Amino acid sequence: MRPFQYDRARTLTDAVQITQGEDAMAIAGGTNLLDLMKLQVETPGKLADINRVGLGEIADTDGGGLRIGALATNTATAVHPRVRADYPVLSRAILAGATQQLRNKATTGGNLCQRTRCYYFMNIDQPCNKREPGSGCGALDGIAKLHAVLGASGECIATYPGDMAVALSALDASVEITGSDGMERTIPVRDFHCLPGDTPWRDNVLEPGEIITAVTLPAPVGGTQLYRKVRERSSYAFALVSVAAIVEMQDGVFTRADLSFGGLAHKPWHDPRIAQALVGNAPSAQLFDRAADILLEEAQGHGENDFKIPLARRTLHAVLEQASENAA
Amino acid sequence: MSVHFKQDEPDTSNRLDDMKQGVIGAPLPRVEGMAKVTGTAPYAAEYPVENCAEGVLVTSTITRGEVTRIDKDSVLSMPGVIAVIDDERLITRPAQGTANEAPQQKPKSVSYWGQPIALVVAETFEQARDAAKHLKVEYREDEGAPLSPDAVEPEEQEGETVHQGDLAHAMAQAAHSVDVTFTTKGHSSAAMEPHAAIAQWDGECLTVHASLQMLNYNITELADAVGLAESKVRLISRFVGGGFGSKLGISEDVVSASLAAMQLGRPVRVVLSRQQVLQCIMRRSETTQRFRLAADENGRLTGFGHEALVSNLPGESFAEPVLQSSHFLYAGQNRELMLKLARIHRMTAGSVRAPGEAVGMPALEGAMDVLARKIGIDPVELRLRNIPEDNPEEGLPFSSHKLAECLRQGAEAFGWDPGPRKPRHTREGEWWVGTGMASAARVHNVGEARARVTLKADGTALVETDMTDIGTGTYTILAQIAGEMLGLDPDKVLVELGDTRHPRGSGSGGSWGAASTGSAVYVACTALREELARRAGIAEDELDLSNGRTQTGQTLTDLLGGKDMAREGHYEPGDIAADFTASGFGAFFAQVRVNRFTGETRVDRMLGAFGFGRVLNHKTARSQCIGGITWSIGAALTEALEFDPRDGHLVNCDLAEYHVPVNRDVPDLEVLMVEERDPAASPIQAKGIGELGMCGGAAAIGNAIFDASGARIFDYPMTPDRVLATMPVD
Ligand SMILES: Cc1cc2nc3c(=O)[nH]c(=O)nc-3n(C[C@H](O)[C@H](O)[C@H](O)COP(=O)(O)OP(=O)(O)OC[C@H]3O[C@@H](n4cnc5c(N)ncnc54)[C@H](O)[C@@H]3O)c2cc1C
Ligand code: SF4
Repeated sequence: MRPFQYDRARTLTDAVQITQGEDAMAIAGGTNLLDLMKLQVETPGKLADINRVGLGEIADTDGGGLRIGALATNTATAVHPRVRADYPVLSRAILAGATQQLRNKATTGGNLCQRTRCYYFMNIDQPCNKREPGSGCGALDGIAKLHAVLGASGECIATYPGDMAVALSALDASVEITGSDGMERTIPVRDFHCLPGDTPWRDNVLEPGEIITAVTLPAPVGGTQLYRKVRERSSYAFALVSVAAIVEMQDGVFTRADLSFGGLAHKPWHDPRIAQALVGNAPSAQLFDRAADILLEEAQGHGENDFKIPLARRTLHAVLEQASENAA
Repeated sequence: MSVHFKQDEPDTSNRLDDMKQGVIGAPLPRVEGMAKVTGTAPYAAEYPVENCAEGVLVTSTITRGEVTRIDKDSVLSMPGVIAVIDDERLITRPAQGTANEAPQQKPKSVSYWGQPIALVVAETFEQARDAAKHLKVEYREDEGAPLSPDAVEPEEQEGETVHQGDLAHAMAQAAHSVDVTFTTKGHSSAAMEPHAAIAQWDGECLTVHASLQMLNYNITELADAVGLAESKVRLISRFVGGGFGSKLGISEDVVSASLAAMQLGRPVRVVLSRQQVLQCIMRRSETTQRFRLAADENGRLTGFGHEALVSNLPGESFAEPVLQSSHFLYAGQNRELMLKLARIHRMTAGSVRAPGEAVGMPALEGAMDVLARKIGIDPVELRLRNIPEDNPEEGLPFSSHKLAECLRQGAEAFGWDPGPRKPRHTREGEWWVGTGMASAARVHNVGEARARVTLKADGTALVETDMTDIGTGTYTILAQIAGEMLGLDPDKVLVELGDTRHPRGSGSGGSWGAASTGSAVYVACTALREELARRAGIAEDELDLSNGRTQTGQTLTDLLGGKDMAREGHYEPGDIAADFTASGFGAFFAQVRVNRFTGETRVDRMLGAFGFGRVLNHKTARSQCIGGITWSIGAALTEALEFDPRDGHLVNCDLAEYHVPVNRDVPDLEVLMVEERDPAASPIQAKGIGELGMCGGAAAIGNAIFDASGARIFDYPMTPDRVLATMPVD
């Protein structure tokens, strides 16, 4: 761990100001950042503790939606009565992640910004383009079981490891961001994370000095909401593949099928063509296969993670079968 | 006064059963339990030591070669940095269990990625860690180090080889035969407490608080490493947060802290990071195991073949002893057994939780299941038909043998369905449900041990030995043994462990601690009883002691007459080991469900039935079994070390990515103890318990996966990707 300066921000303006500099970072729950600092994967010179900025609130929005403050803990969000009643997929996704202790500390903003679990990224004595641009990608010809099969590049094949954001993507939530100049902007969660391309060091669209203030959920849509996470052990493991699904049916056909996928790419994966293929059709194995074909059209494995391609197909089947049974 | 007892003959007198206190076997809670759960039991790194400097190990970033330069100046001016220790005596690997000498030293010679090469010492831990990452090191790399077991010509471990009869002929003639190859991935001990040491040097004597399993060997290893006489070294390990083999020998933290303290003249603490614990302590070798089983039409084995390939670093003597129980578990007059060792440059391979059987038995029991299916008989029955009368290789009799009872009683308690049936017989929603079973076997070991028992003038007792309690219940069972023998409530027996100032115990490892050090306590107590009997005027074998009194009402305090009375018991295994084959036996039964879409496996319920000699404490014994079965679940489903194919480094080096089972993976586990008295096992008729619970259990799960889903998988762990690749599509 490098020596660093620690400042506790009292207001959002404070926070934005402190995180101005090149090597300044915000710290929320610290469950990801502190680990990475100990490993010297992250070496901020300055930390802005944003826990007391007053961004922990979860409140109704005028449009009937819900605004979840960036500092609301994962536990608080998962057990919030409105989340449980109106956005159960979010509650389920959060509870499928990490452990109770971690969720008690983890926050909305921190969860969105959590970094990849790629082994080579976490080991500073190994090459990694994300950590050290130009050093090469250790995973590419190495151990890549966790890695991406969609949207990867020759520079980086890492996955975004989180669960919560996969549900937020299915729900089409938005991220509220305040910039260094006090400017606010709102980005759909679906556009918040980046693909690695030739800028693998960029996880998301946040500019230096920008702070996430909240995530807003649109007015509830109802439907059957499922979160399915496939993992090696039944708790405390990152997803091999996960699916967040919001499904509605009428008269035996799908009228809504908002699906997002975790574990497959550098971001929660959402492909609007899947809903287009499903809506208006009656559930069948052939239909589910067609949806999977669309999802996996450009999927590419890297040896060790080849299995994610059939696994994603089969998990999609399982989820659609269960959702259509529940919705019918 | 020291009393020596060497067991050369079976002891059928079962003296402990004649005692009157009635505490042996009682399910007493662990005496140190409250201290542990309230955080008041100090672990190695937690002793308050004034003026303690902090050391962090620097590890190599090449696989094989030489350190040509360590630029100490690159860190000496950093805040708080005191020194860079690159002493030639630093060890580069942990010592193997019972090595009794220093392991490989000369840290400038690198033989694996992540090998310790120096220690940075600073005022604070954070300063030391930062400096350790900044230290500039230059290497001359020796390219092309072999990293995978199939990259080299392996060495045959000749002592393991058996050629008996003609296996090829037996296979050709067999009514039923199987020829299958299993693989298992490497494992890590994954003890909760990291390896840690605080060393203090007073100019003459070295005192080290460390987290170690076998102080009786560790003191010699440390003295040898740093070049001191043993009499100038003291090791203290009162509480150990799990070892599972990884703390059998001294480790890099202990020696580096010691050398730093000696060089700097102030106390130094070294705590390994979790990544370092995984990367530079011990791995269990991966294995490849081929089985050839030949059976007649009745399912009686006529041939038995087990050939295994394991790996280790050059210069290490340890070869994962996967054949250990294969030598005697099943009959078959035509036998071929062979163990080969590949020399590769991954980290040190050594003892990890039940070395040998932990991976040998799951493979063997998987092969037996394949055979049972082929013959079409109940897998329980197949095992029963093949229990040999005597050791099928050496002809030695078994000291005791409870496999048949464990199989029968276990099957009954579990509600085992003897079949016949085809896989994929039951589906509940998305889940295929099935059951599987396997035998358990783990050789019984004992070692020389000493313990001093003092009857205090006030009628309490004190037991002292340098034996360790690694979380298993040693404090408690030693108090029970002494209490039973001396007629004292265990509350009145104080047990002091984990300090080399005490007589040498056996150390904790290979599940031998209870039987070995327990026997030393027994021997000491027998001598005390003789003196008490003499004073009481009663023959020793007629002396009844309970609650501090003889049967005639004389109190211990009276008999002691205001003076302490001490005896040191010295137990030695003796020639008996050459006369018998001694092993713990058991049987596992599991019900699992396999998801038809995702290939995820969950264990619904599991039962283990075990025969392992006298049960000294039903609670701690049961806990040991539950722990063992839990590791079986890990071995079956999740635990796997992954090594980089280019530099051999261990990639999944934390507990988020090295998957030991979590609570939710472990259902209610049922344990059935089939009590026995093994007259040859030890003077207290106890055998090893801890490891048996993971010697075969993974196969009960693997065989249940086949029964449930139809996926016959030959590779452990059976992760969803492997199940999916093998499961018939529905
Ligand atoms: C062992 C382990 C297992 C885990 N398993 C899972 C799992 O199964 N599923 C899962 O989804 N997650 C899992 N996690 C990850 C966990 O969810 C994240 O660590 C947590 O959500 C991060 O939140 P935090 O508040 O602690 O973030 P911090 O660690 O404080 O910060 C993380 C990053 O976010 C930035 N940041 C924080 N808040 C803001 C903000 N408001 N604006 C801008 N930037 C911000 C920080 O600068 C930092 O870069 C696991 C973590 C661990 C350690
Ligand atoms: S996959 Fe990405 S994060 Fe992993 S080593 Fe390659 S560049 Fe780094």
